[in-house]
Amino acid sequence: MNWEDVVRESGKPMEWPYPVRYGVVNDVDVDVVVLGGGPGGCMAAISAARKGCTVALLDKAYPKRSGGGSGFDHWLNTPNPASNITPEDCVEWEAVTYKGYSNSLSRYIAAREAYDTLLEIEKMGAKVRDLDDDFKGAPFRDEKTKFVFCYDYENRFQFRVWGATFKPAIFNECLRLGVQVFDRVVATSLLTEGGKQGARVVGATGINMRTGEFYIFRAKATINAMSCHQTSWRFSTESIGLDMFKPNITGDGPAIMWRAGVELAQMERSRAAVPPGYEYPSYGTGNWWNTWHPASMVDANGKEVPYVDAGGNVVPVEERCRPRPGQKFIAERSRDPQYSKPTMLPDLADRIRKGEFVLPLYADLAGMPWYERKVIWGLMVGNEGRTKIPVLLNYAAAGFDAQRDMLQNYFTLSGEPYPSMDATLALGPYRMEAFGNGGEVVVDWDLRTNLEGLYAVGDAILAGNYYYHACATGRYAGRKAAEYALKLNDAPSIDTAQIEREKTRVYAPTERKPGKDWIDWKELRFAGARAMQNYCGGLRNEGLMKTGLKWIRDIKEEHYPETYASNPHILLRVLETYNILTIDEVILQACLARKASSEVLGHFRQDCPEIDPPEWRKWVTIKQADGETNIGELPLDFHGNLAGNYEAHNPDYKGYMKKKP
Amino acid sequence: MKNEKTQVDDHGQKCYAFPNKPTPGMPVVIDETKCTGCNKCVNICTTDVLVANPEKGKPPIIVYPEECWYAGCCVAECPAPGALTMRHPLMMRVHYKNKETGEINRV
Ligand SMILES: Cc1cc2nc3c(=O)[nH]c(=O)nc-3n(C[C@H](O)[C@H](O)[C@H](O)COP(=O)(O)OP(=O)(O)OC[C@H]3O[C@@H](n4cnc5c(N)ncnc54)[C@H](O)[C@@H]3O)c2cc1C
Ligand code: SF4
Ligand code: SF4
Repeated sequence: MNWEDVVRESGKPMEWPYPVRYGVVNDVDVDVVVLGGGPGGCMAAISAARKGCTVALLDKAYPKRSGGGSGFDHWLNTPNPASNITPEDCVEWEAVTYKGYSNSLSRYIAAREAYDTLLEIEKMGAKVRDLDDDFKGAPFRDEKTKFVFCYDYENRFQFRVWGATFKPAIFNECLRLGVQVFDRVVATSLLTEGGKQGARVVGATGINMRTGEFYIFRAKATINAMSCHQTSWRFSTESIGLDMFKPNITGDGPAIMWRAGVELAQMERSRAAVPPGYEYPSYGTGNWWNTWHPASMVDANGKEVPYVDAGGNVVPVEERCRPRPGQKFIAERSRDPQYSKPTMLPDLADRIRKGEFVLPLYADLAGMPWYERKVIWGLMVGNEGRTKIPVLLNYAAAGFDAQRDMLQNYFTLSGEPYPSMDATLALGPYRMEAFGNGGEVVVDWDLRTNLEGLYAVGDAILAGNYYYHACATGRYAGRKAAEYALKLNDAPSIDTAQIEREKTRVYAPTERKPGKDWIDWKELRFAGARAMQNYCGGLRNEGLMKTGLKWIRDIKEEHYPETYASNPHILLRVLETYNILTIDEVILQACLARKASSEVLGHFRQDCPEIDPPEWRKWVTIKQADGETNIGELPLDFHGNLAGNYEAHNPDYKGYMKKKP
Repeated sequence: MKNEKTQVDDHGQKCYAFPNKPTPGMPVVIDETKCTGCNKCVNICTTDVLVANPEKGKPPIIVYPEECWYAGCCVAECPAPGALTMRHPLMMRVHYKNKETGEINRV
């Protein structure tokens, strides 16, 4: 039944089903408040609670499945007993692949503690090994530990896991430890000492997205686990959720950080993407990426489309997950020949155009060894976050049988305008935030931001992404925040004027009347996306971006104040829109500040055409102080000596890596 | 024509001046004969596509269908077999081919 049925049945419009309590204030006092309850936030809450802190955890949704909670299939970069890979190796492949634009500090922390983290989550009830012996005898299984691996069956540091079991187990542990959970409470601002930008953080404010109630969280330490920004360039007023890479991620985190004076970096990074509304279900088509690697591909006549390695050699199915002679190891997503996996021919599109392969292509799981078929169309598709119900189960119900049928592929000239296989897309206006290895918050070896009392985890960290990284950094930041909070004697004082200012800002959309133009949040977001496409697209220059910045500011200052919210759900969308427009401003300022083109950052300037000139091999940082934008810079190797710094900051930590000689 | 004055169509349905529904309009379908109205799907839904029925014990209502993220957490959570099904929008239903017979079907 949808709202139209309700009207038909009752003859009346539907009333908001939850109590509406705008302005009602809830006051919560804890040692540690965690903003965002994805895997990173939940692990942070657990680790702070285990240290003896009182902890509040808030999330836009119910944390059992929120954030990366519906599932995932790869647990990456984890040195473990079945592997000789070191934390240094894990850091190195990304640094090489992204030409230094990867955050070796948080990657190193994560790699050092990822195995301990994985075992801890297993104890909470997640499935991390093949205990049912489904893959007994498969070349990717370690018979002793029953771990199953992907990408590189020899070096075994990238796990295949039953990721759909993780979040419920982690969240259950939060409940068991007495973490106070505030589901559907949305963080709106950080509270700072004296209400001053850049001062010590003393808590946060929030609103309930069903009732509109206001929340004040007083805390000795605050953890930003609200993930990254997305959807600045791509928005359609319909199919809104379909187009989102991650649910509920609308730049709230970085926008809240920005307003408080937190230092962000690499906000100018983005990559080419398809226009909104055009994607097929992710991993719901036959393909050779990520979840589906190393699925065999054939053309319409059943002719095999070969996998080739970086040297151009054709790689048979048995060898697709083994390093080629002389290669150190294979790493997920690396396109650098040192670490890249065998994949489709780089000139596949041209070969199809010339008739070598006939469209459409299909993934031929039926023609693969049993263990590859079963692990892809089972473990992997069954746990990747958006495929279990809609793809694995629904396709089976519709008659698809992986042992008999081939699933059509829509990439490469055949319908899906997927960025990876069509070079022309890079020149188009549609961009996607880097989501992996993107911008966000600069952190130190305690995963603390530039503001005292404020820590960051997971995708909220500069260039942070991946599940293992979210869990391991969450666990680490929770520990560090707790240590800090437990050292403080007095609860920090809150600035009441700052709270009043925030209440006024948050409730403004509910108090005004609908403007005569009836501009609502969707139109604002559409306009913001258009401004980004037109003025910060595939090719940029100073004049273009300045116009873009002016347009975004016009939207924010002239039109946003007219937007009306008729219920708490719409209020949330209006507030999110404000955050997205704020992030657009930050992105444009960062892009203006980087006066050089960069391949890795997806930043191409007509007025500075030289690609990655050596003097620009650094991060551009951006923050606000007294309401003014401050641009700075950070060396790519700001982490310093990895092992030395890690040891110095964690003298008492015991775990798998500590025992190893 | 015959019901011009009362704005009722030929099937006896009142005719409303509804605006267009957003697309996709129905990401999940509830079988009201099987749904117990427990609201577990409402609780788990990450974006409040589903809201609780103001009448207790009645099936939830789809109010914000265009915001659905299509992960199916609601379906996984539903305790009543067959009560809740995920419906991928039409343009996303892909094709597959029987390797032996060459027959092509759509999911
Ligand atoms: C479909 C899918 C598949 C993936 N598969 C893999 C994989 O196989 N391997 C891998 O390593 N990674 C994978 N990832 C990436 C991985 O899920 C993320 O890196 C990980 O979830 C990051 O965790 P996080 O806790 O930092 O952020 P998130 O999981 O994004 O959680 C952030 C949380 O913050 C909440 N939030 C946001 N704003 C607010 C606010 N204002 N107030 C309150 N709460 C807020 C959100 O509701 C969300 O729950 C996948 C991601 C997706 C979407
Ligand atoms: S699929 Fe996800 S977003 Fe859509 S209704 Fe179900 S829980 Fe909500
Ligand atoms: S979870 Fe299932 S039974 Fe419960 S309200 Fe939702 S559809 Fe009905």
